[in-house]
Order: sequence, then C-alpha cells, then structure tokens
Amino acid sequence: MSGYQALKISDSVYWVGAVDWNIRDFHGYLTKRGSSYNAYLIIADKITLIDTVKAPFIEEMFARISSVVAPDKIDYIISNHSEIDHTGALKETIRRVNPEKVFASKMGVATLSDLLSLEYPLTAVADGETLSLGNKELVFIETKMLHWPDSMFSYLPCEKVLFSQDAFGMHLASSFLFADEIEPAILEYEAATYYANILLPYSPLVLKLLDRVTKMGLVAHVIAPDHGPIWRKNLNMVLEKYRYWASQNVHPKAVIVYDTMWGSTETMARHIALGISDTSGCEARLLRLDAVHRSEVAYELLGAGALVVGSATLNNNVLPRIADVMTYLKGLRPLNKIGQAFGSYGWSGEAPQNIQQMLVEMKVAVLDDPITAKHKPAEDILEACVLTGKKIAQKLK
Amino acid sequence: MKKYVCDVCGYTYDPKKGDAKGGIAPGTAFEDLPENWICPICGADKDSFQPA
Repeated sequence: MSGYQALKISDSVYWVGAVDWNIRDFHGYLTKRGSSYNAYLIIADKITLIDTVKAPFIEEMFARISSVVAPDKIDYIISNHSEIDHTGALKETIRRVNPEKVFASKMGVATLSDLLSLEYPLTAVADGETLSLGNKELVFIETKMLHWPDSMFSYLPCEKVLFSQDAFGMHLASSFLFADEIEPAILEYEAATYYANILLPYSPLVLKLLDRVTKMGLVAHVIAPDHGPIWRKNLNMVLEKYRYWASQNVHPKAVIVYDTMWGSTETMARHIALGISDTSGCEARLLRLDAVHRSEVAYELLGAGALVVGSATLNNNVLPRIADVMTYLKGLRPLNKIGQAFGSYGWSGEAPQNIQQMLVEMKVAVLDDPITAKHKPAEDILEACVLTGKKIAQKLK
Repeated sequence: MKKYVCDVCGYTYDPKKGDAKGGIAPGTAFEDLPENWICPICGADKDSFQPA
C-alpha cells in the first residue's frame, strides 16, 4: 500500500499530483528548486480529473487518486494544457480509467491528437462553455498562447477554484502544498523566474486576460496552477505581480551580460558597472556566462531598464555562450530596454558589432556604437566604459 | 495585397500563399477571408490580426 495521499484544497477538490524534487533542466530552464506536476480531482456526481502528470510520475498520481476514490470511478478528464509534463500520463490514464469523456479546448484536441496518437475521441469545449458535473459545474476560459495555443482555464464557481494550468505557477518542489506556507522571498523569486522564462513573450495577452477576468467578475478564492504551490491567501498579490511583470515597466537597473577569454572584456564590464553604480539608486548586475545560467539572466532582466552585452571575439564571432543567451532572450521578447554592446579583441573584432546587431533585432534602443578594446583596454577605453555606465544610469533615472 | 500578423502567436498571413489548411486559395486578400476564418497556428480569430 502506497503512502501517497490526495490532499484536500477545497470542499470537493483534491490535489493528486506529483513532486519532482530533482529535475534541474526543464527544456533549458534551470529549475534549481525542482518542480511539481499538479493534477486535481473534483468529487462531484461526475468525478473529474483535471490534468495529469509527467509520464514517469503516473504511479504517484494514481496512488493519490486511489486514496480518495477508485480511479475507474472517474467520469471526466479535462486537459487544460497539452504540454507533455501534464499529458505524458494522459494516454495511460485514459486506458486505466476508461472515462466517459475527455475534454480539451479545440486547439487542445488537435494538439493532443498529434502528440499522443490517441485513438480515444476527445471532446472540444468552447470559450465560456459550461460543463455540468451533475451537482456542480465547471466553466472553461480559453487562454490561447498562455502559453500554448491549446491553453485554457477551468473554473469551479461553487467553490471559486480557478484551475489555471501554467499561469500563476512556478518550478518549486516542496512538501508544503500552499503558497502561504512557503518563505515569501523564495515564492516571489520562483514566481518571477517562471514568468520571465515562460510567460514574458505573451505579456500583452496576460494584460488582456487579467482585464477579461476582472470584467467577467470572476473571483477566485483558490488558484490552482499546474506547477508549484496553490494560492489560497492574498490572491491579489499574485494577480498584481502578474500585472506588473506583464506591463514590462522598468526600474533603474542595468544587467551586464558578458563572457570573456583572458579578462579584458571582464575589465570593461566592471568599469561599465562602476559608472552605473556611481549614480545613486541605479543598480548594476554583472552576469558572466560561465557562472550564470540563461534562465537566471532572464530573471535578472525582468524589470531591468538596460541590457548591456559584451563578448571577446573568438574566430570572428561572439563567444558561444553569448550566442546562446542572446537567442534565448530574443525569443522572450523583452520590451522597453536600452542597450549597449562592448568587447575586447585580438585582431578582427567582430563580436561587439554582432552583439549590436542582435540588440537591434531585439528592438533594444542602442545607446552608442560598441565600445571596443584591442587586446587590453587602455586607460581611455576604461574611462569610456565608466562614462557609458553613467550615461546608462542617467537614462534610467 | 498586405500581409497580416497574428497578435496572439506571431503567424503571418501572406495573401500570395493563402492558407491551404484552412481552404484559402493563394491570392486571397486578408480582407476577403471569411469572418469565421481562424489563425492556422493558434486558432485566434480574424480580429486578432494586425497589418504587418
């Protein structure tokens, strides 16, 4: 007999997910505190399972379900999000449970059919559609591209529980189920890191969704995401954080991302930082890419006003870790940044120009031509670095 | 004829190419797409498109 138990989150809703304590690489996002895959069981006339777990965790989910109800009593399964960390166990779950119906959004039906080669017919639900569970009902809200085309919320009005799939989630493994049981600084850090790495490109849609949910008069007492802790207190805190991050307002903070071969680009980075921090109230963060992961860079850039990027030139190009991070950041589509390129070189010196080009493609407002230094930055170059730092700080004030 | 971009997912509707999956012949202007036409990538409706 397994010791895994379902955990009650409201009168008729149980958490039946799994905790992935040791995952560290989530498709390239460093999940240093692990993660969890949340699935939820609604005990109603029609017993309903919302989302499943990543495939290797299916037995943990089934053990938790079995602590409340025999799994073959499940009538409905709802897939709010087709991504494999929530649907890897879906095909086998359908086989074991043999549910009456499986629901997803229209795009979800198409995506799941592609991903899982399902023979089982799926039922598409529309935006705003209500599903009767007999004595309760569920409402579906499409949230296209938050963060896949298939994404949707399910809402249980009688208990005011919003099943928000990846929105309002975070990668955080914990033996605590609720957000209010977790150290607030850790909670905010992981929620922000998740937003910066997963949801940032869709910020305009986040703002639209928040307005729409407000207009609908939807009041949630519990927000149950697909990763990390469940929100049951101070829900406005997380909603306001989302509104703030999605607004992409910036504060006086410059992120200096760089990689160096023999220390010259490093010296330049430090002098730019000196110039920035010379202005009171402006923060500089030095992130050298042999030490800092791309997802940490994305976190630091959330809300920062400047992106300053430097690289030594290697074989007529940027150092590979710069190409990695710049590709990643471009995809995240950060807005409202000013920027500057810099770097040292031995003979040809293409890297700073390449970086400048990347910044322009990212729609970063580039301040000046790249600052470059042949072999080693001389005193006048270091002065130029400090001055550029000061100029950045002045712009951000 | 103008290209239009989906606000939701970034897909570009190119009138020269049309949308084979959605039954739209090459050479169909965005304005002439049926009102119930949806983005072939993310399913957003016609209102979600802006001129490129």
